[in-house]
Amino acid sequence: MTFQQTSAARGSKSSLFLRSQMRNIAPFATLILLLIFFSIASPSFATIDNASNILTQISVTGIMAVGLTFVILCGEIDLSVASIANATGIVVAYFTLQESYVNIANIPVAGWLAVALALAACTGLGLINAFGTTVIGIPSFIMTLAMMQIGAGISALLVRGQIAYNVPDIVSTLGAGNVGGFPTIALVLLAFLVVGHVTLTYTRFGRYIYMVGGNREAAEYSGVNVKLILGAALVICAVCSGIAGMVGVAHFGSAQQNEFDGYLLDAIAAVVVGGTSLFGGRGGIGNTIVGLCVLGVLNNGLDHIQIDSFLKILIRGLILLAALIVNVYVQNIRSVERAEGA
Amino acid sequence: MAATVPRQASAAGFIQPLPSSCEAFLAVEPVKLMTTDPLVPSDTPRLQMQGISKSFGGVAALREVDFTLRAGEIHGLVGENGAGKSTMMKIIAGVHTDYEGKMLIDGKEVHFRSARDALAAGIGMVHQELSIMPDLSVGENVYLGKQPVTGAGIIDWRTMMAGAHEQLKSLGIDVDPKTRMGDLPIGLQQLIELARVIFSGARIIILDEPTSALSPPEVQLLFNVLQGVRASGRSIVFISHFLDDILSISDTVTVFRNGRLIVTHPVAGIDKGWLIERMIGSGHEDLEESYTGAIALASKPGQPVVLAAEHLGYGRAYADVSFDVKAGEILGIYGFMGCGQIELARTLFGKIKADTGTLAIDGRKRRLRNTTQARDAGIAFVPENRRSMLFYEQPVYKNVSISILGRISRLWLKPTIERSIARKHVESLHIRPPRAEVALGALSGGNQQKVALAKWLTHRPKVLVLSEPTRGMDVGAKDDVVKIVRALRDEGLAVIVVSAEPETVLSLADRVLVMKKGRIVREFANETISKDRLLEAA
Ligand SMILES: Nc1ncnc2c1ncn2[C@@H]1O[C@H](COP(=O)(O)OP(=O)(O)OP(=O)(O)O)[C@@H](O)[C@H]1O
Ligand SMILES: [Mg+2]
Repeated sequence: MTFQQTSAARGSKSSLFLRSQMRNIAPFATLILLLIFFSIASPSFATIDNASNILTQISVTGIMAVGLTFVILCGEIDLSVASIANATGIVVAYFTLQESYVNIANIPVAGWLAVALALAACTGLGLINAFGTTVIGIPSFIMTLAMMQIGAGISALLVRGQIAYNVPDIVSTLGAGNVGGFPTIALVLLAFLVVGHVTLTYTRFGRYIYMVGGNREAAEYSGVNVKLILGAALVICAVCSGIAGMVGVAHFGSAQQNEFDGYLLDAIAAVVVGGTSLFGGRGGIGNTIVGLCVLGVLNNGLDHIQIDSFLKILIRGLILLAALIVNVYVQNIRSVERAEGA
Repeated sequence: MAATVPRQASAAGFIQPLPSSCEAFLAVEPVKLMTTDPLVPSDTPRLQMQGISKSFGGVAALREVDFTLRAGEIHGLVGENGAGKSTMMKIIAGVHTDYEGKMLIDGKEVHFRSARDALAAGIGMVHQELSIMPDLSVGENVYLGKQPVTGAGIIDWRTMMAGAHEQLKSLGIDVDPKTRMGDLPIGLQQLIELARVIFSGARIIILDEPTSALSPPEVQLLFNVLQGVRASGRSIVFISHFLDDILSISDTVTVFRNGRLIVTHPVAGIDKGWLIERMIGSGHEDLEESYTGAIALASKPGQPVVLAAEHLGYGRAYADVSFDVKAGEILGIYGFMGCGQIELARTLFGKIKADTGTLAIDGRKRRLRNTTQARDAGIAFVPENRRSMLFYEQPVYKNVSISILGRISRLWLKPTIERSIARKHVESLHIRPPRAEVALGALSGGNQQKVALAKWLTHRPKVLVLSEPTRGMDVGAKDDVVKIVRALRDEGLAVIVVSAEPETVLSLADRVLVMKKGRIVREFANETISKDRLLEAA
C-alpha cells in the first residue's frame, strides 16, 4: 500500500530494508501480537461473529480516519473530525420527521434533501477549515480546534439537549442495515477505504498530497498549488467525517450532543498507529487499515477478557504512546539517512 | 546591525524572507588564533585513512582509499560529482560509521560510532548543505550544543552573546550576535557555521564546498580565516569545485575519481589543466574555463521581448527594477549574495508578490498570484537551494515528473510515461547513478542539481529562471549545464540566470545586469567584459 517506499529500499541490504520498513512492520506486528494474545486469553474472541462485531465497531472511526489520512499525509492535522461528524449527524436528523415526543423544533424535508443539506453542512465546515488554514494562514491545529467548538455549538443549538431518533431511510439502510447478514456500514467503510486508497495511490491529486507532505516548499517550486491541495484535503476530511456522522447516527439509533466524543482520538490514533507519518509525506490507507484493526481488536478484545474497565482506558493510552514513539523514532532514522545522503 | 526584515505573513507560513542587505559585515585582516597542542611530533600525520571502502546498498562509493592529512596543512579535495569526496569526509566526521578500513588520528587507531565521537576527538565538519538553525540567534548558533550556563543552571546569555561577538570579531566578522540567523545573507551564515566549528576546538576541520554560496569578499575573508587556522597548527580539508580556489589556498591537493583516490600532490607546480585531466581524464583540458579572460557579449537584435519587468519593488529587498528578456537570449543578473537578486528571481516565479511594478509576458500584463500561475504562464524556476526544490525520499522519476504531472495525466497517474521521461533526462544529463528509480537522497550533490534542472526540460517553458544553476557542480557537469542552457536558448527560450558567482554569469550570459543593494546599477551589453569589470560594478 505504501509504494512510495519500495523503490527507495530496493537493492539495499536487508537490515536497511527492514529499518526503512519499520513504519509498516511495527503496526502489523502489533496487530498480530494482539490477535494471538486475545485468541488465547478469551475463547469468545476468535469467532466469525466477533470479527463482524469488530468490523462494525471500527466502521465509523474508519470512515473518519480515511479523510484524516489525507490531512495527515499533508503534514497537517484536523481536530474537528468528531465534532463535524456529530454536527452533520444532527443536521440530517433535524431535517427528518421525528416522533411526536421528540421535542425539537425540527424542519422535516424529503429524505434526499435532508441528506443533501447535511452534506452541504459538512462541506461548508470543511471549506471554513480550508479557508482559515490556507487563505488566512491559521495553523491547522488551531483552526480545527476552533472548528471543533463550532461543530459542538451547532450540535447543541439544533438539539438543545434533546435526542432525535429518525434519519432518512437511505441513511438508516447504510448505517444500520444488513446485506445477507453482513453489516452495510462495514461495506460503506470498505468503499471509503478503496476510494481513498485509489485516490492516494493512482491519481495525480494523490501524488500531490504526498509531495506536499514530503516537502511543501519543493512542491510549490514545482508549480503545485499547495494551498489548493491542503484545502482540498481538509474538505475531503470534513466530508468523510460528515458521512461518518450520518451513518453513525443511524448505527447508534439516535442523534444527540457529544455522541462522537471518543472518536477524535480513535480516528487520529488509527492513522498514526498505522504508521502514517505525523510529519506528512509517508504512509497511506494501507497503514490506516492496519491502525484501525489494531484499535478495533484492542477495544473489542479488552471487552472479552476480565479487566477493570478503568484500566482499559489507561491501556489504550499506553498503546497510543508506544505507537507515537515508533512513529517519531522512524522519522529520526529517516532524517539521519537523509543527512547521510546529502 | 539589527537586521530585522519584516516577516511576511504568508498563508501557509513557508515563505522565508531573505536578507536584503549586503552591507559590509566583513573586515579583511589577518586572523590570529590560539595555537593548539604541538604535542605530536610533526612527522606523524594528523590523520591517516588506510584502505577505506564504503558502499551504499551494494554500490561502491569508495574503493580502497588511502588518505593522509598532515598537521598544519590545508588539503584541497577535488573530483567529479559523485566521486566520493563527501562520503570520505563523512566517514572521518563520524557520520558514516559502517565502512571498511582503518582510521588513525595522531598515529592511534580510532573508529567513531557517531558524529559526537568525532567531535570529541577534535574533528569538525561543515557540511555541503548548511546545518544552521535559522530561527536561533547568531550567538546561539555559535554556541550550539555547548551553551554557557550560570550557577543556577540557566543559560548565561550575556556570556554567550559577548563570547560570540568576540569570537566572530576575531575572525573579522562584525555582526550583532542577537541577530536572527535566518535574516543574514547565506554567505555569512556559512561563515558563522564555520566559526562554530573552529571554536569547538576541532583540530581537523573539514569544509565541504564552503565557497559555493560566498561572494568574492566573503571568500577572501574565509581564506584569511583558514590561513589563521593553519598557522595555529590545525589541519583543514577543503572540498571545492572551484579549482582556482583550491590552487590558491591549499598546500596539498588530492583528486578523487569514481570512488578512488587518484593522486595526492603538493600544489606547487600544478595547474588547472593538470587537475582536470586527473579528475575527468585526458582530452578535457579545454574545459578550463574560458572566461578567465575577456568575454564578448553579443545580443541578437530583432527578437521579440518575452518577459518585461517594470519598476518592480519588494519590501527592503529590491526597488525599481526594470528589464526585459528576449527570446533566444540569456540574461545574466549578477550581484553579491543578499543584494535582492534572489527575491527578484522568486518574484518572477510568483513565489513572492512584488509590492510595486508590473510584469508582462509576451506583451500581456500578468499578476502572478502563485507558482502554479507562473508555471502555467510559461515560467520555469530552479531555486538556488536544492533542498527547496527536491523530494529527498522520493525516487528520481517522481522528482522529475512533479512539475509536468498535469501534462502527463489529468486524473490517473501514468508511471510508465513518468519513468521513461525521467530516464531520458537521466541519460542526456549524465545523471549518476543512471537509474530513475533511486531515491533522490542517494545522489551526490551535483547530480541532485541536475535533477532539479531536469524537472523543467520536458515541456519547454517560455522563460527559464535559474538561480545559481551550477552551484556545487564539477567542471564537467558545469560544462554540461552551460551546453544545455545554450541549447535551450538556441531553441528560442528566454533564459534568466541569477548568480553571485561571476563565473556562472560570464560563462552563460549574452547580456548582464548588475544588482547592488536591491537596484540594477549597470548593464553590460554588446561589449567585452571580464570578471574584474563585473566585480568592480557590483
Ligand atoms: N546515503 C547514500 N545512499 C546511497 N548512495 C549514496 C549515499 N550518499 C552518497 N551516495 C553515493 O555515493 C557516491 C559518492 O557520493 P558523494 O556524495 O561522496 O560524492 P561527492 O564527491 O561529494 O560529489 P558532489 O561533488 O556532487 O558533492 C555517489 O554515487 C552517491 O550517489
Ligand atoms: Mg559532496
